[in-house]
Amino acid sequence: MKRRTMLAGAAALAVSPVVVPGARAQAGKTKLVLWHAMTGANNDEMDRIGRDFNAAQSAAELQVIYKGTYPDTLTAAIAAWRAGQAPQLVQVFEVGTGTMLGAGPAVKQVWQLQQETGAKIDPAAYLPAVRGYYSLADGRMASMPLNSSTPVMWCNLDAFETAGLDPSKPPETWQQFVVAVRALKEKWASKSQDLMASTSSWITWAQLECYGAIHNVPYATKANGFDGLDTELKINAPAFVKQVQRLLDMAKEGTFKYTGRDNTPDPVFRTGNAAIGFGSSADRGNIARDAKFRWAAAVLPYDAELTKTPNNTIIGGASLWIMTAPNRTPAEYKAVASLLEFIGQPAQDALYHQHTGYVPVTLAGYELSKQQGFYEKNPGADIAIKSLTRGSVTENSKGLRLGRLPEIRNIIYEEFEKALQGQQNAQQTMDVCVARGNVVLRAFEKSVKG
Amino acid sequence: MERRTIFSGWLLPVALVLPQLALTVVFFLWPAGQAIWSSATRADPFGIRTEFVGLDNLTDLFADPLYVDTVIRSVVFCVCVTVLAVSAAMALAVTADREIRFRGFYRIMLIWPYAIAPAVAAVLWILLLHPQIGLIGRWLNGIGIAWDYKINGFQAMLMVILASAWKQVSYNFIFLLAGLQSIPRSVVEAARMDGAKGFYRFRTVLLPLLMPTVFFLMVVNLVYAAFDTFGTIWAITAGGPGKATETLVVKVYRDGMVNQDVGSSSAQSVVLMVGVIVLTALQFRFLGRRSGGA
Repeated sequence: MKRRTMLAGAAALAVSPVVVPGARAQAGKTKLVLWHAMTGANNDEMDRIGRDFNAAQSAAELQVIYKGTYPDTLTAAIAAWRAGQAPQLVQVFEVGTGTMLGAGPAVKQVWQLQQETGAKIDPAAYLPAVRGYYSLADGRMASMPLNSSTPVMWCNLDAFETAGLDPSKPPETWQQFVVAVRALKEKWASKSQDLMASTSSWITWAQLECYGAIHNVPYATKANGFDGLDTELKINAPAFVKQVQRLLDMAKEGTFKYTGRDNTPDPVFRTGNAAIGFGSSADRGNIARDAKFRWAAAVLPYDAELTKTPNNTIIGGASLWIMTAPNRTPAEYKAVASLLEFIGQPAQDALYHQHTGYVPVTLAGYELSKQQGFYEKNPGADIAIKSLTRGSVTENSKGLRLGRLPEIRNIIYEEFEKALQGQQNAQQTMDVCVARGNVVLRAFEKSVKG
Repeated sequence: MERRTIFSGWLLPVALVLPQLALTVVFFLWPAGQAIWSSATRADPFGIRTEFVGLDNLTDLFADPLYVDTVIRSVVFCVCVTVLAVSAAMALAVTADREIRFRGFYRIMLIWPYAIAPAVAAVLWILLLHPQIGLIGRWLNGIGIAWDYKINGFQAMLMVILASAWKQVSYNFIFLLAGLQSIPRSVVEAARMDGAKGFYRFRTVLLPLLMPTVFFLMVVNLVYAAFDTFGTIWAITAGGPGKATETLVVKVYRDGMVNQDVGSSSAQSVVLMVGVIVLTALQFRFLGRRSGGA
C-alpha cells in the first residue's frame, strides 16, 4: 500500500551508512562505496579487497558495505539511485543482469567506463563462460565479473562405498545416475528415515538452465535472450520435459528428494543426510568445514541419449555494476576504473578464488593457482573450472539474458512443487512454466521499451 | 447522555486537531495517494520510464486466475486463523476465569507469545514441525505419517495457520478475560441457582454478554490475519509449495520488492486497501449500533 514510502524509507536507510564513513575518509582522497551481499568467509574476503586496494594506492578510499541478500542489495541500490544517492559500485547477482542491462542511465557499463577513463580491462582475459554472461551480444563487457561459481554434484564417498559403488567413479550420465541412486537408496539411505539418496539445491539453475547448456538445447528463443527482448521460453521442449519427468520419477521411487528452493537444501548434504547433493561449487568451504565424511565433487551428469559431447555449465554468482548519480565526478569514475583494474589482476583473482571457493574468473588467475600448487593441495577444487570450460561455449551455453529471471525461476519452483504433489505431469508443468514465464517476459519488454 | 465541549474561538480546536491530521496526511493519505497513482502506471524498476496505463494493472490482476485463487486462499486463511485464534482464546479465558491454583502464573504464560516477533514465532514452529529436524515433524514421520510441509500444500497451509493463530491467541485471551471479568457475578450466580450448568451456562449466559468483545476481536483478527502474518508465512514457506500458502500480502511483497513490478504490486495494495476499508466500515456499523442501542 505504501510502496513509495517503503522505497523512500529504504533509500534513507541505504544512504545513511554512506554518510558516516564519508566523514571518516581522509581529505583529498576520492571516496568509493561498494555494496555487496556476501556473508561469512566471503564477507571477510570483501573486506580484505577493501584493505588491500586502499593500501595499494593513495588516490581513492574504498568502503565495502554489506547490504543483505542479493535481492535486498539490488532493491537498496534501485531505491538509492531513485533518491540520487547510489553507491559507485554494487554487486548484482547473475540473474539480475537482464534487469541491470535495462537500467539505461542508472548504470555505466564497463565498456563505457573504458571509453571515458581508458581503463585497461581486457575481455579476452576472462573465462569465456564468465565473460559471455556479463557481456552484450557483440562482446562489449557490461559489468565486471567478481564471484562466479557453477553447479556441481557433491558426493558422499562413504555412502558410495556402503552402497557398493566405486567412490572414484561418480555417475557421468543420467542413465548411470538413476541406477546409482537405486543402490544408494537400498544399501545406504534405507538405514534411517533421515537419509536420502539424492537431493538438489537450485533446481532451476542446476537441473534446467545448466541442463540446456550441457546438451546445447535453447532455453529461450533469440539466443537465450541475448539477441532481443522479444524472447520466449522454450523449456517445454522434449529435452527439458524428459529431465523433469526423470526427477519426478526418481522422487516417486524415493531415490530423489526435493528439500526446498534455491540453496536451502545445502545443509542436507553437508550434514551427511544425502548421498548425492547438487549444489553450487561455492559451497565447498562450508562442506570442508562441516562434513564428517569423505566427499568429492563431480561435474553434472549428461543424458547420453541426447548428446555424446556435453558442453560447459552456466555460471552463477554475481558481478559488479557501476552506478551513476547526479553528483558523480570524473575523478570518481577514474577511481572506479583503478579498482576494477586492481580486482582483475591475476594475483588478486587467484587469491579471491583460493579464499572463497568461487572459480577464478580470469584464465591467468587459474594458471597462477595451478603454478602455486593449489589444486595439488586441494584435489577437486578445479572441478568447477573444468565444468565451465568443458566443450565449447555455444549460443545455448553462454548463459541466459532474460529480464526478471528471478521471477521466472520462482514460477518454475511453484509449478515443479505442484508436479511433485501429483497435481500435473511433466509436460503440463513445463507448458504452464512457459505460459506464465512468457507473460513476465512480455511485461519486462513493455516496461523497458516504455 | 451526550457530552460536548464548547470552544469559544476556532484557533484552539484547530491547533488541537492539527497534529493528528498531520499524522494522517503524512502517514496515510500521502502514501495511499502515491500507491493509487503508481497502480495506474507501468514502470521499469528504476522508474526511468513511467507510463500511465489507467486501470490496466487492475484488469490484468482480475483476469489472472492465479490472482483470483490467491484472493480465495487469503479469505480461507483469514477465516481459519480467526476462528482458531478466537475459539482457543475463549477456551483458555473461560478456564483462567475460574478459581484455580497458580492463576496469575498461568495468565502471564498465556500472554507471552504476543510479545514474540513473527519471524521468531516462525522459527519456533519450524523447529517443531520440520520433517528432518523438527521434534513433532520427525515423530510424525517416524510413526508412518508422511509429514513434509515443503512438498505438501495442505500441510504447509495447516502449519502457517497454526503458527499465525498461536501468535494471536494471547491478544484475544486478554480481551476475553477482561470481558468475562466484567460480567456481573450476580448474573452468573443467578444462572447457577436456576440450574444452568457447564457449556449450557456458557452458551446461554456468558457468550451473549461477551458478544461485543467477540465481534470486535473477529474484526481485529481478520485484519491481523490479512496483514501481520506476512513475517510468519514468509519465514516458514515463502508462499510455497506451489502457491499453497501465498496470501495477498505475500504476493504484494513478492511482486513489489522481489520482482520489482511496482505497478502491479501497487494495484494489489489498492485492492487490499479497499478490503480493509470495507472491514472497518462493517466494524463501525455493527459496534456503533450495539453501543448506541445499549
